[in-house]
Amino acid sequence: MDTGTIFLYLFCGLVPLAIVAYFLATKKTYSIKFEGEEFQSTPDSYGWYAIVCTLSPALLASFLAALLQMCGVVEVPGTALVATAIALGAGGLAVGLATVKPSLRARAVVEKLIVKMLFVASLVSILTTIGIVLSVTFEAMKFFDVVNIWDFVTGTTWNPDEAVAGKDSHGVFGSIPLFAGTFMITAIAMVVAVPIGLFSAICMAEYASPAFRKTAKPALEILAGIPTVVYGFFAAITVSPLIVNVAEYFGLHADFTNALSPGLVMGVMIIPLISSLSDDVITSVPNALREGSLAMGAYRSETIKTVVLPAALPGIVSAFLLAVSRAVGETMIVVMAAGLRANLTWNPLEGMTTVTVRIVDAFTGDQAFDSPETLSAFGLGLVLLVVTLLLNIVSLVVIRRFRQQYE
Amino acid sequence: MAFTVDQRELKRRAGKDRRFRVFAYSAIFMAGAFLVFFFADIIATAWSAFEQAELRVEVNYNEEALTMGDYALDEEMSYLVSRGFTRLIPNKIRENRQLLGTTVEKWVLADSEVDQYLKGKPNRLRKAERNLIDKLRAEGRARLGFNKGLFLNGDSKLPEMAGIAAAAVGSFYVLIITLLFSFPLGVATAIYLEEFAPDNRLMQVIEVNINNLAAIPSILFGLLGLAIFINFMGVPRSSALVGGLTLSLMTLPVIIISTRAAILAIPDSIREGALALGATRWQMVTSNVLPLSLPGILTGTIIGLARAIGETAPLMIVGMMAYIPEAPDGFTSAATVLPAQIYTWSADSLRAFTERTSAGIIVLLAVMLVMNGTAIYLRNKYETKW
Repeated sequence: MDTGTIFLYLFCGLVPLAIVAYFLATKKTYSIKFEGEEFQSTPDSYGWYAIVCTLSPALLASFLAALLQMCGVVEVPGTALVATAIALGAGGLAVGLATVKPSLRARAVVEKLIVKMLFVASLVSILTTIGIVLSVTFEAMKFFDVVNIWDFVTGTTWNPDEAVAGKDSHGVFGSIPLFAGTFMITAIAMVVAVPIGLFSAICMAEYASPAFRKTAKPALEILAGIPTVVYGFFAAITVSPLIVNVAEYFGLHADFTNALSPGLVMGVMIIPLISSLSDDVITSVPNALREGSLAMGAYRSETIKTVVLPAALPGIVSAFLLAVSRAVGETMIVVMAAGLRANLTWNPLEGMTTVTVRIVDAFTGDQAFDSPETLSAFGLGLVLLVVTLLLNIVSLVVIRRFRQQYE
Repeated sequence: MAFTVDQRELKRRAGKDRRFRVFAYSAIFMAGAFLVFFFADIIATAWSAFEQAELRVEVNYNEEALTMGDYALDEEMSYLVSRGFTRLIPNKIRENRQLLGTTVEKWVLADSEVDQYLKGKPNRLRKAERNLIDKLRAEGRARLGFNKGLFLNGDSKLPEMAGIAAAAVGSFYVLIITLLFSFPLGVATAIYLEEFAPDNRLMQVIEVNINNLAAIPSILFGLLGLAIFINFMGVPRSSALVGGLTLSLMTLPVIIISTRAAILAIPDSIREGALALGATRWQMVTSNVLPLSLPGILTGTIIGLARAIGETAPLMIVGMMAYIPEAPDGFTSAATVLPAQIYTWSADSLRAFTERTSAGIIVLLAVMLVMNGTAIYLRNKYETKW
């Protein structure tokens, strides 16, 4: 039996059982009630109690079986699994019905379980993080078995193709050009996004009329909602040729996969991130500060520059750091518009590649799954994870440490 | 001391003030101008993909056409008609023997180069072929019609046959899986953190962690999906199931954060009222807190799903960008999604695929605008000031 059929059988077996449990338990409470005894909870609480008794052993057993099977400890045949689960469900139903007594606080039992389930749900986010860290780290360790970690960190040539050529010679994995490319594109994006985003936020928070603000804010947020694959297409099809033409006009040579076009387009994508976060902190600066400054005879712009922005600075810095982490991890724009060639250069008109481009390339090629090139993606992923986590943590600390508390 | 005003200094300051203001407004207008330019550019490239060239040809179902469909057409016409049509002729005859020996005249799909020529775009046709098309057009035997195939067909190596239907179905499946996993988990987490959680170290870790998770690059979720779901749990590669699971982990923090905000907005007096009547905390949550915060929860969920539907990078890592011409028939069969389809088309060198890419983008953007619009509508309609 495949997994889908097992689920189907479990569903068809357990759901009717649960419904039967609910009805039998409520019926039992009613019949006892007519005999005159007072119950601790309402009949439907006992119904739910019976459902819990029926489902929890069956589901627990199937979950355990699935877990064991996944770890490769035992091979549980599907038929046996379904049969055991349903038998356990029936047993649970019998026990549940037998324990329905007036003295039982069914509501409390059921709710305790619900709260436990909610708690387990909230652990999923932690498990996800742990999963990301562990899976990336383990695979990266396999990579660093093959490739010296020092060469990886300090090498200036990235040429994994030799991995295909021979089994004993793997490619050269020096990651510096990839980080240089990532840094270059991120820097270009920041040059675009920070001034435009910050000035947009200032405009919306300090100058704009409510009506203007009401249209400008969602319009800016449209930019954040556009899928990155669309930005990538735009960068590759429209912006790159434009840049090549403009560069030619000035007598310069630009590659079609230059670093400038993904950088510019990524900058536009990041504008709303900076503007809406900065807008929030600027509007939370209390008016008394502004009024004080204006009353001293300062112009509006002077007030903004000397009073409002310094007060909002921690929030703005944290928005900046989040934007950097977004730019470093952005994938589709660079995959479509930046090059594949690792190129260590300061010239943004040349083609450069980034960490995320190489990760995607490692999985969309036709290498074996455990080839050094595929594994290198996990090495790069590990660095990416560390960098973005550091940026997030620093931005959280900045906000917490330096935030002004206003009454 | 007399109070003097340095008029020049004052003028200089006023000028600076004005310039600052102009800077601030021009920043917004630059962003707006980009938005307009972007949409104009995409629509201009995509416009022609909604039209498709068709030719009126004589199809002669003869014996030779049983071996090769090209023989059913005039030799010079067979180069202009889509191979997607001629290839099917032998099967068609085999299925319906009565066709043999008959001749019909009908509109058929043209080759993509003919399509490009009729739309006035660069193409690889030879001079004689162009003249022939011009002649056909003058006779009214070549036309541009609405491109139904774009919405009805799956992917194809022939641009004139390629459509987004399979990818749209795939996207829909992925979205269902994402919703199924991230919505209950996200709402449950948010309820627990807001209504039940004790204020201890673990809860602080969970909270910081959720914020961190929201800022982790999406491609790392792809690596997670690959390592956990595919390699460890054995979920089939490229399936809607693995794509949906990967995306649901990404959508989870969005749903948690917005649900918490919605729950937090409900005043305590409502909770106290419920508790005072003898409700337990859980009854208070299900009968008061959840119904009142539902609009906010839905808004956050829709925004999270809208982001998920446009996501590509993690899905590429779990293998959802293979060439898949057929719509998936279940959650475990190989599927592709709209953004991945757009990506594969954009990488194709044939010019006719460029306009299809733009058309796919327009469809994707339309879906996203509808979703975000619904979210905004819900927020405005059910916005309550307590």
